[in-house]
Amino acid sequence: MVFVLLAVSVIVFAITNLTGDPVLLLVPPDATEAQIEQAREQLGLNLPIWEQYFIFLTNAIHGNLGISFVFNRPALDLILERMPATLEMTVIAMCFAGITAIPMGVYAGAHPQSPVSKGIMSASLLGISMPSFWLGIMLILIGAVVLGILPSSGRGEVVDIMGIHVSFLTEDGFEHIIMPALTLSVGQIAMLVRLTRAGVMEVMHQDYIKFAKAKGVSQRKLLFGHAMKNALIPVITVFGLEFGELIAFATITETIFSWPGMGKLLIDSIYMSDRPVIVAYLLLVAIMFVVINFTVDILYRFIDPRIELR
Amino acid sequence: MADYLLEVNDLKTYFYTFKGVVKAVDGVNFKMRRGGILGVVGESGCGKSITGFSILKMIDPPGKFVSGQILFNGEDILQKSEEDMSKIRGNKISMIFQDPMTSLNPLYTIGQQIMETLAIHGNMTEKQRRDKAVELLKVVGIPSPESRLNDYPHQFSGGMRQRVIIAISLATSPELIIADEPTTALDVTVQSQIIHQLEQLVRKNNSSLILITHDVALVSQIAENIIVMYCGKVVESGTMEDIIYRPTHPYTKGLLNSIPRMDDSKDRLEPIKGMVPSPFDLPVGCKFAPRCECCSSKCLQTEPEAVEIAPGHRVCCHLFDEKGDC
Amino acid sequence: MKTVFAKLLQSEAYFNFKHNYLAIAGAILLGFFLLLAIFGPFVTPQNPYNLKELNLSDAYLPPSVMDSSSHFLLGTDQQGRDMLSGIVYGVRISLMVGISAMLISLVIGTTLGLIAGYRGGWLDSLIMRVADIQLSFPGMLIALFIMVVFGRGIDKVIIALSMVGWVLYARTVRGATMAERSKEYVDAAKVCGYPDRMIMFKHILPNVLTPLIVIATIQVGNFIITEATLSFLGVGVPTTQPSLGLLLSSGYQVLFSGLWWVSVFPGLTLLLMIVGTNLLGDFLRDELNPKLK
Repeated sequence: MVFVLLAVSVIVFAITNLTGDPVLLLVPPDATEAQIEQAREQLGLNLPIWEQYFIFLTNAIHGNLGISFVFNRPALDLILERMPATLEMTVIAMCFAGITAIPMGVYAGAHPQSPVSKGIMSASLLGISMPSFWLGIMLILIGAVVLGILPSSGRGEVVDIMGIHVSFLTEDGFEHIIMPALTLSVGQIAMLVRLTRAGVMEVMHQDYIKFAKAKGVSQRKLLFGHAMKNALIPVITVFGLEFGELIAFATITETIFSWPGMGKLLIDSIYMSDRPVIVAYLLLVAIMFVVINFTVDILYRFIDPRIELR
Repeated sequence: MADYLLEVNDLKTYFYTFKGVVKAVDGVNFKMRRGGILGVVGESGCGKSITGFSILKMIDPPGKFVSGQILFNGEDILQKSEEDMSKIRGNKISMIFQDPMTSLNPLYTIGQQIMETLAIHGNMTEKQRRDKAVELLKVVGIPSPESRLNDYPHQFSGGMRQRVIIAISLATSPELIIADEPTTALDVTVQSQIIHQLEQLVRKNNSSLILITHDVALVSQIAENIIVMYCGKVVESGTMEDIIYRPTHPYTKGLLNSIPRMDDSKDRLEPIKGMVPSPFDLPVGCKFAPRCECCSSKCLQTEPEAVEIAPGHRVCCHLFDEKGDC
Repeated sequence: MKTVFAKLLQSEAYFNFKHNYLAIAGAILLGFFLLLAIFGPFVTPQNPYNLKELNLSDAYLPPSVMDSSSHFLLGTDQQGRDMLSGIVYGVRISLMVGISAMLISLVIGTTLGLIAGYRGGWLDSLIMRVADIQLSFPGMLIALFIMVVFGRGIDKVIIALSMVGWVLYARTVRGATMAERSKEYVDAAKVCGYPDRMIMFKHILPNVLTPLIVIATIQVGNFIITEATLSFLGVGVPTTQPSLGLLLSSGYQVLFSGLWWVSVFPGLTLLLMIVGTNLLGDFLRDELNPKLK
């Protein structure tokens, strides 16, 4: 895990410092020649590259990931401020996806030939084929422009729970979060339904299911007792990893809905060439993913008794 | 109480696939008395496993029961609903599968899987189920049963797993046990052990056993009656002595000849000429005719009917219609 | 060639295909878009990226079904660009990007996978480490990052997508190669003295192809979406070249003025293209998966 983080930090550092003049990356786009020289000295860019990397790394470990040009505040703070908003939207989207997708997938897997199942599969095909940003735009079109009942941008009122700002518990907040969360979750639901269905179908073919049936286990119990547990293992793994994907997709969704999260910050920073923020975001996200993957790995070992703990 | 525990009358189970119809079981007849051991012998693909599954009414599409009856204690299995069947399966009739590696759910302990059977069929308390599970493990010869109850299938060897499966099948003291190639996936050294243990347990429990296998030598060790199947049909049936010592159907004779024996001074094994026909391309007339040394033109045209050549010993062969000789 | 085709027509796969309406629909959709991409620009009323052909006074016209004075079938955007033409050119870009990126990642990924699976050792560890690291990040973000650093451009998009996409092929091929490696025909080839390269490409490769076909089909769809998303965000294809993502981006800007057609039609086109690839990919996956037989 540490290895991965190091590798990522090297890559991020390399790319931002080895493409073009590194000074220009760390200095506002409209600086004068003198200011650039000054920055060069201040930032120690005259030092050999591996020393620079070392400084970069030590700074990073201490939480100093650069100062944003645009806001003139530490990049890390900016991102952390907006993280709760992104997490809120992502977590709600994930929960919604899980709750709706898994039962549908299990049913579709158990009765693959039924018309309901075929309907579910067609809908899920549409779901995974839909570019998420187009879905967002369409939702805005329908919800805000045509019907005019839902707000098309921003986050609603927030409520403080244990020091964290949460918006979906207020009515206004709820209205604001519906469309973005829905946009995020549709792709996930579609994917989960298919995955669950495939898993259930494959498991139902296994010998131990037949054996259980020969023991007299009822069809219902076969499905929910035996098959589901076995089929859900890969599903849960994917689900956990998908959380990372969701954070990525959140960038687009936040942009479309002007949702004040990390993703929007990233896109805005790209437009405004606010490199420190971009670098900080990438590093942070890298850390997050590594941690998530690691957690999923560990959880996996608890669920499947066949895996030996290394 | 019916005379026979199990009566299979003209059972036909066909599979409708994209390439055509596979007549897996094509008019099979046999009867079994209470407490008997029946061996069903034949090569792979002859329909013996499907016969076993049919008795438990576990045929999934594209398979269909085309005609026939399966009378268990006088009642026709084929007419029963799924709900009724789930009360019979694992309870009055239980089945042992071929591959112990895949028959057990890898995510549940074997204790859970044994107790599941008891929970479905019966009214024991949790503790009673647990005790019975331990007892069952002891009976099949698994050491330290109390602690092994909490182990997972992958922690057992193949032979042990098969014993667990036998334990599960005996849990409810069923009237009939169907064992489908129970030892094929095991080491040769373990095979004989398991078979004899199975025989003992069946006798002790007063159950009946149908042993499905391609291994004639194995079946001769414990079966009282044997039916020989080929291409979905029963070609010969009778007592163990009838079949092993007085085989009459050319196929049966061929099968017995191809078993290597210690006391034989032959240099080579004698296989049966030719190959088993593809299920989509079965010959008209007797199915074994193309490979038979005594084949006549009648054999190629019409299917033989079963003839009783001695009490209890039946053959399906034109050689026995008239007093024919090869 | 003829016999291969004849065998294909008689195979179970083709039989299932004929009876599977969805698969046929997918194939038709894809075929339609491919034809559109190749021949479309010759028949569209306008080349929307040739500025000389644009007329600002044509801006904001609705589709001709709604307003008969507009002779643009699907309306125009804020620069007077005909939506129909824009979409056709956009489809061309989408397919071009999607298919080329898929082919490149396929070649790179398969080669690396074969090497990793066949040779094993440190080479295998290295390749798989890189793959693992890369896989722990969403492809979209990686592509985004690459485009941000290196700037816009169709070729850069294709490269970025390829760099994201090779991993899936490499992993799958490596697994399959490792399974094949222990089979007898490989030993036989080695005994005959065949060089490694020949064993890998001529013998093992044909046996690991089936999952690749499924991955490739679905990946084209994914790449199309990713390219559109990148272009939408402004980091993909530059504005001088038509992309469905760019069209959607301008559509988004005028959404509240009621010019819904600028958003709806390009998006619908994207949707249909991806549905096509997914339908076909689904069918192929079910067909080629031995576990479900």
